[in-house]
Amino acid sequence: MGLKRNVSLATGLRYKGQGPMLTYVLHRIGGLGMAVFVTVHILASFLGGEIGVFLNTVYENWLFQIFIFFCALFHAINGLRITILDLFPKLLDHSREAIWIEWAVFIPVFGLAVLVIVQSAMGG
Amino acid sequence: MAKTKSRSLPLNKRGLNFEMLMWLFTRLSALAMYGLILIAIIGALIMGARTQMNMADVLRWGFMPNSTHVQSTNITALEPWANPFWRVTGSLLLLLAVAHGVHGLVVITDDYIVSARGRLIVRWLSIAMMILMSIIGVYILWTS
Repeated sequence: MGLKRNVSLATGLRYKGQGPMLTYVLHRIGGLGMAVFVTVHILASFLGGEIGVFLNTVYENWLFQIFIFFCALFHAINGLRITILDLFPKLLDHSREAIWIEWAVFIPVFGLAVLVIVQSAMGG
Repeated sequence: MAKTKSRSLPLNKRGLNFEMLMWLFTRLSALAMYGLILIAIIGALIMGARTQMNMADVLRWGFMPNSTHVQSTNITALEPWANPFWRVTGSLLLLLAVAHGVHGLVVITDDYIVSARGRLIVRWLSIAMMILMSIIGVYILWTS
């Protein structure tokens, strides 16, 4: 409590954390994205009415689907990596390699999903 | 490049406090959600075996196995799927997701709100939000 960090935003942005930093940032964006989406989604289905119908058209937009699927898939795969490495701390020696494996799983699955989403958005 | 040795304490040397328990809960709930979503996806594949359910609809059922969640699709005969098994599965998924998500939001806000008073307010707000979303979610699942 009462922790003070004397780091400005500019310094923070210049921090070169490379791969692990990128996964940390994307994990946060994914988590926040899902938290906002799920909260609004639950409230809308509870309230129903015109707001519910309007929000459904937002969810069903292909751009939103790509965004939320990115959030969910990246958060899930990165979370599994964190879980495995934390529960088996010996594997932490290979954390860089684990991140490469993570991208090797994420890119094909996400790419395939984007292809399907765009194809059905084109009507097809 | 010098090899940096990562340090981590074994579980029995970390001490047991609330933060440690939530650290563990975050990881275990992630594994549990993997299991529940896998069960729901298997259910969706059984459900769609006759009707050529597409990937989006399988995932809809996968992320929340509740009959209203696939209402706007062209899957027919959903009545048998509104049973206690899927209501319990959906409720477990919801409660785990809400607790995991709200704790995640607290972890994020702790990085930006550093005063003791601010952190206390965040904690009370998060508890209120967790209880509210859990009640609303379970209500929707068991009344639909």
